[in-house]
Amino acid sequence: MATTDVVVTGLGATTPLGGDVASTWEAMLAGRSGVGPLTQEWAAQLPVRIAAQLTVDPSEKIDRVKMRRLDRSEAIALIAAHEAWADAGLADSGLDAERLAVSVGTGIGGAQTLLAQDDILEASGPRRVSPHTVPMLMPNGPAAWVGLELGAKAGVHSVASACATGAEAISLGLDLIRAGRADVVVAGGTEAVVHQLPIAGFASMRAMSTRNDEPEKASRPWDKGRDGFVLGEGAGVVVLERADHAAARGARIYARLAGAGITSDGYDIVQPHPEGLGATRAIAKALADAGVSRTDVTHVNAHATSTPVGDMAEIASLRAAVGDHPVLTSTKSMTGHLLGAAGAIESIATILSVRDSVIPPTINLDDPEDGLLDVAAHKPRQHDIPAALNNSFGFGGHNVALIFTRV
Amino acid sequence: MTRDEIIAGLAEILEEVAGVNPDDVAEEKSFTDDLDVDSLSMVEVVVAAEEKFDVKIPDNEVQNLKTVGDAVSYIESNA
Repeated sequence: MATTDVVVTGLGATTPLGGDVASTWEAMLAGRSGVGPLTQEWAAQLPVRIAAQLTVDPSEKIDRVKMRRLDRSEAIALIAAHEAWADAGLADSGLDAERLAVSVGTGIGGAQTLLAQDDILEASGPRRVSPHTVPMLMPNGPAAWVGLELGAKAGVHSVASACATGAEAISLGLDLIRAGRADVVVAGGTEAVVHQLPIAGFASMRAMSTRNDEPEKASRPWDKGRDGFVLGEGAGVVVLERADHAAARGARIYARLAGAGITSDGYDIVQPHPEGLGATRAIAKALADAGVSRTDVTHVNAHATSTPVGDMAEIASLRAAVGDHPVLTSTKSMTGHLLGAAGAIESIATILSVRDSVIPPTINLDDPEDGLLDVAAHKPRQHDIPAALNNSFGFGGHNVALIFTRV
Repeated sequence: MTRDEIIAGLAEILEEVAGVNPDDVAEEKSFTDDLDVDSLSMVEVVVAAEEKFDVKIPDNEVQNLKTVGDAVSYIESNA
């Protein structure tokens, strides 16, 4: 199988654990929770009054005038993209803009802008609605801004597959390079919907944890006491590059993006297939695409969101598609669930695990489910990781599996 | 209201909306060419000016307001 090798040469993030990749990774290894109480006035009436909010507000890095025309999801995508871009050393590399593409998605998009401008419309009339409203709320806005600021001219793409978005966007980046449409793709996901309406909507689905009195303990994947996910906000971006292109410019390489597998359940609009068949097929496809054996996959950064049903369905898929040997973690126990950014943030964690041979812990796993696989609970674990799997699943029946390998 | 007072008011709006340095705001300056105010920001400037100076600035009039001085004159004679 002669496919083009694709490597990761840059990382960028802003998360509930830190304003960049280094601080996020440090907090993950320390097992810190990014979840806290929602102190906003509107939160008082909600059944869910906790979330994982950014540690660094985007207004600390982007000036006031520019922030007027950026939705929060766009602002943080830009921050993550600029970090990744600088990290990859591409700023003054003379890269041909027509060989640079962007693939940055969002699960929900500019909902905060939509709601804020609707408030203005109702209170003050249509003339007061900001002329920046449409570019702020359009779901391709984050990708478009990243493309604009980095000068990408090989295409700007915005995947939307709910909580699988970030991973699918990275998978699309792999496809673009393999198809010869770009040499470098800036890829990832962003989400910023900590607002009463999205929270009320997820809460009405009974999908969210209501452990309001113990925010740091609310996200507890695979623990018997779990009662739903915790909403998080943030952005993650990786720089994907054709391996020979990276080698030619002497770029530092984090890991190889060896393969991806995407399937759809064809089962229900929100419920995953009860036996996880769609996820199992995605993992199997990713392994085949990567040309990696099951035994080489010694670590899985799982989707595990802390919902009663989903967490154990994923275990069934992992047993079927990979086996009983990999060591698992769910970094969502610390970051909360970043929806469209989750797959990107978790890819970054997976990439760093592969590079550093260490698995960040799953915190709050005090009373593990019966029949669970080996999980790096409470503390990080040193582990030999020739290859690692990152799973992401989304409402709509989207399943995305990515395989990263050591270089 | 004097022309200078109107310029000062416009300068405040331009700083808020488009980050224009108030010292750069003068009658002969073009909104787009000199002050770098793009078309969407110009919409914000117009709406804010309508409120500040209690004046109506119809859309078909905005295209005639090329310079700060044009806007000052319009506001002076219509407020």
